[in-house]
Amino acid sequence: MMVQLVVLGVPAGAALLLAFITSWRLAAWLNVAASSVTFVASLTLFVAERPAPGGLLLVDDFNIYLIALTAFVALTTAIFSATYITHEVRRRRLTPRLLRFYHAMYQAFIWSMLMALSADNLGLMWVAVEAATLSTALMVSLYRTPSAIEAAWKYFILCGVGIALALFGTMLMYLAAQPVLGDGMGSITWSALLAQAARFNPALLNVAFVFLLVGYGTKVGLAPFHAWLPDAHAEGPTPISAVLSGLLLNVALYAVLRFKMLLAANPQALAPGPLMIGMGLLSLSLASLMLYRRRDIKRLFAYSSIEHMGIAAFAFGMGGPLANFAGLMHMTMHSLVKAAIFFTVGHVSQAKGTQRIADIRGLTVSHPLLGWALVAGVVAIAGLPPFGVFTSEFLVVSSTFARQPLLAVPLVVGLLVGFGALMLRLHHLAFGAPSPGPATARTGALRLSLIPVWLHLALALIAGIYLPAPLVAWFQAVARLLG
Amino acid sequence: MTGLAFDIAHLLGALVLTLSFALLYQRRLSAAINVVAMQAAVLAAAAAWQAVTRDAGHLFVTAAIALIFKAIAVPLLLHWLIRRLNISTTVEAAFGVTLTMGLGVGVSTLSILLVLPLTAGETLLLREDLAFALAVALIGPLLMIARRNAVIQVVGFMSMENGLILAAVGVKGMPLVVEASVAFSVMVATFIFGVFFFHIRERFDSLDVSRLEEMQGERHS
Repeated sequence: MMVQLVVLGVPAGAALLLAFITSWRLAAWLNVAASSVTFVASLTLFVAERPAPGGLLLVDDFNIYLIALTAFVALTTAIFSATYITHEVRRRRLTPRLLRFYHAMYQAFIWSMLMALSADNLGLMWVAVEAATLSTALMVSLYRTPSAIEAAWKYFILCGVGIALALFGTMLMYLAAQPVLGDGMGSITWSALLAQAARFNPALLNVAFVFLLVGYGTKVGLAPFHAWLPDAHAEGPTPISAVLSGLLLNVALYAVLRFKMLLAANPQALAPGPLMIGMGLLSLSLASLMLYRRRDIKRLFAYSSIEHMGIAAFAFGMGGPLANFAGLMHMTMHSLVKAAIFFTVGHVSQAKGTQRIADIRGLTVSHPLLGWALVAGVVAIAGLPPFGVFTSEFLVVSSTFARQPLLAVPLVVGLLVGFGALMLRLHHLAFGAPSPGPATARTGALRLSLIPVWLHLALALIAGIYLPAPLVAWFQAVARLLG
Repeated sequence: MTGLAFDIAHLLGALVLTLSFALLYQRRLSAAINVVAMQAAVLAAAAAWQAVTRDAGHLFVTAAIALIFKAIAVPLLLHWLIRRLNISTTVEAAFGVTLTMGLGVGVSTLSILLVLPLTAGETLLLREDLAFALAVALIGPLLMIARRNAVIQVVGFMSMENGLILAAVGVKGMPLVVEASVAFSVMVATFIFGVFFFHIRERFDSLDVSRLEEMQGERHS
């Protein structure tokens, strides 16, 4: 219990503190320090005694690894952010006042995600996801350009409606539980619900799940509710794009999965799988086709996030030990690799002074460090061996072939189409004669700030080559938990 | 629940839905704001009535939030914004009143058809309240789609939220109702800041760019 309070308390306290720090250089380093403390505390969760289920907070095999992953990516993003904003201040795109706001919101956002992940109470989870929506929407509009404000507005409206529908679903879930568990907090506590889910009214469970899937699914970025995602990723500061893609989408998917587990515990309720398979396939196909027409480099990778969330949702929809294993691994790998790509893209757009793909050419020639980091990242996210994304995608495809060969056809087509688009763009971005751009003389600082990129990619590479046995056992245990 | 207590609760629930329909045909911004304020006031009465009849003290807090924040403070703020930003008072509609009303009726029918069979074991009041609430919660987004105006979108969101709070108030023993209404209020407040910035941007568009650079100069100093 103590450790959990530290994990949640440090970002909350840091958010308050950073709201009063006027020096942005100091704030950037405090941001890194607070994130490091949170990360270390999240690691001690693995050895600490777990609280008894039934309270407000919960630690189980499923969320503990997502909490650690979230804290890790939050830390590396904080490191990247420190170098990123130095450049933005120099280019006068951000002012110290805005940065004070930015740092406080960054920690508040991390807090809300960790809260959503560790909540046992479904109402608390909802409030936390809502807080995450608010804090990110405010950060998306940070540059105050017309398109940034429009992106934030769109994000607000769509996710606001989504969040409201999720609340209605949560209420229906309470209504289903109330005859069995009685009035009050017990009927909204996930672990209590899971134990008794078999006795709930299946019709209510079904409708509740549809509302929750649409509501939280909007935040996952599943088609057809994905319209906010590319704008929000493209117009905000790049560190925010990294945490949006790498973390927030996972948190929303986690919420959907918690409810899916409740439905799976009731034999008479509708099987949630086909719904998730449908939305997953739709997102995958739509996003991989859209990848061809992107002109903005951040928008390109935002669509790739929709694609990968579609793959993960598809895997969880298939269910069973193997597909769930693949889905969990895919969420992890996507977080690591996509965050690394956004770090690189952030440097690229700063070095070139543009986000337009047409104006960025021959990066490996003009900026070898950045260029090759981007090549490695895109190769990893496109699902080429030996990176971990290949392993998880291979597992999804092979388990689908074994059980539902017909479903594997659109899956493989979607994967290949997306692969083609990314390779096409990568060739343009990384190779050939370099496009003219401002000369950069900050290789030393760059080398330092690329450490998070290489760290993430190295982890994805290790996972692709060799998954340690305890980790495999761990993932398998969680996959069984997911049913 | 006695006959009269039931009738009053029922009446208040139905009134919230009726006001949702009244929102759908407003052509003027200020009128729409007044209607949603009225809806919030009725919601406050419904919450307070539930608090009295069910002896649930925390619902008074929900009622107070609805009355003070949503029925008085936010509408006043929106009226002030409209004057301050010189937003034109008529609303540009994406589709006509007849179609919007028709869709509203369809959405309400759908909610009743969905909720009533689903909650067969519950009390009559809860079932009808839930059906009304779902209808209100779906008419909100309908309004947001049908009108191309940032202020109306805030109004639609508030109306949607009124529906959800109506449902939460009707469900017996539902925990965290107060927390949910606070969370929504914070969201609405932030929305309004959004409108503020949004319209600042539109003003910039109509002026020359030098104004924008001037503003940046201020921020940097």
